[in-house]
Amino acid sequence: MNDFFSMGGYGFYIWGSYLVTAIFMMVELVLVMRRRRTLLQRLGRMLRSNVNRGQS
Amino acid sequence: MGLGSINWLKYSSPTTFYPLAGRMIPWLAGVTVILLLVGLYLSFFVAPSDYQQGEAYRIMFIHVPAAWMSMFIYLVMAVYAGLGQVMNTRLSSMMATALAPTGAMFTFLALWTGALWGKPMWGAYWVWDARLTSELILLFLYIGFMSLQAAIDDPRRASRAGALLALVGAINIPIIYFSVQWWNTLHQGASISFDQAPSMAATMLAAMLVMTLAFWTYTAAVVLARVRCEILERERHSDWVAKLLESES
Repeated sequence: MNDFFSMGGYGFYIWGSYLVTAIFMMVELVLVMRRRRTLLQRLGRMLRSNVNRGQS
Repeated sequence: MGLGSINWLKYSSPTTFYPLAGRMIPWLAGVTVILLLVGLYLSFFVAPSDYQQGEAYRIMFIHVPAAWMSMFIYLVMAVYAGLGQVMNTRLSSMMATALAPTGAMFTFLALWTGALWGKPMWGAYWVWDARLTSELILLFLYIGFMSLQAAIDDPRRASRAGALLALVGAINIPIIYFSVQWWNTLHQGASISFDQAPSMAATMLAAMLVMTLAFWTYTAAVVLARVRCEILERERHSDWVAKLLESES
């Protein structure tokens, strides 16, 4: 197991590459999902206030 | 019913594309997870150690796919941006806008993993070499495209300015690709070329191709999700968005 993580002495470089890549891809996913959620909330509020004012 | 009788242009309308993209995302996400699992398994447990580089070469399985995606996404983005101006299709411009952040991310990751591969192999994280420098310029092009669009309020003018930058900047893509042939560089030559048999073991090649496919489906899923946000934002005053929000709430 330790052999696997040390990667023949290159562990820092290999895991530094894979970890940062994984973090970036996951953060991008979270950001897009959050953008969708807040956008739907904002548009929903906009729609309701228009309905209340009788514009719809 | 032949393929010719389907009205393909129909899908270039945001109204029909929005639900279509929504149906594609779960499939693309599922395929991405499977490809990533297979690709990582091949990368770490099947592909043998390299006789020159030992284990360090395993960075290649994300470095090369990230670098390919960085160039490929840019070309797709430039084509969409150009189409948006020539054909005057709103969806094309929105696709270009949605592609840029993911392209920038893969460009950064290509540079980052390249630095971490360069240090043990060349003794330096960074050299001002033709391949590395042109890839850094690609990152600046993506950032320029995004900041330019963010700085202009009117979406049509933002699309036009972005398209101009994307198309002029496309000249950088062949420069990156051929830089290892045109100049004496520290960077190694192409991993796969069209006129030569691959110079690596079949399992290494398989791992790299599966990881590339995984990055490709990941990109498709994320960009479709982003373009759906883009569509909602730009069309928020239209009737179909109002109907959609009513049916969802």
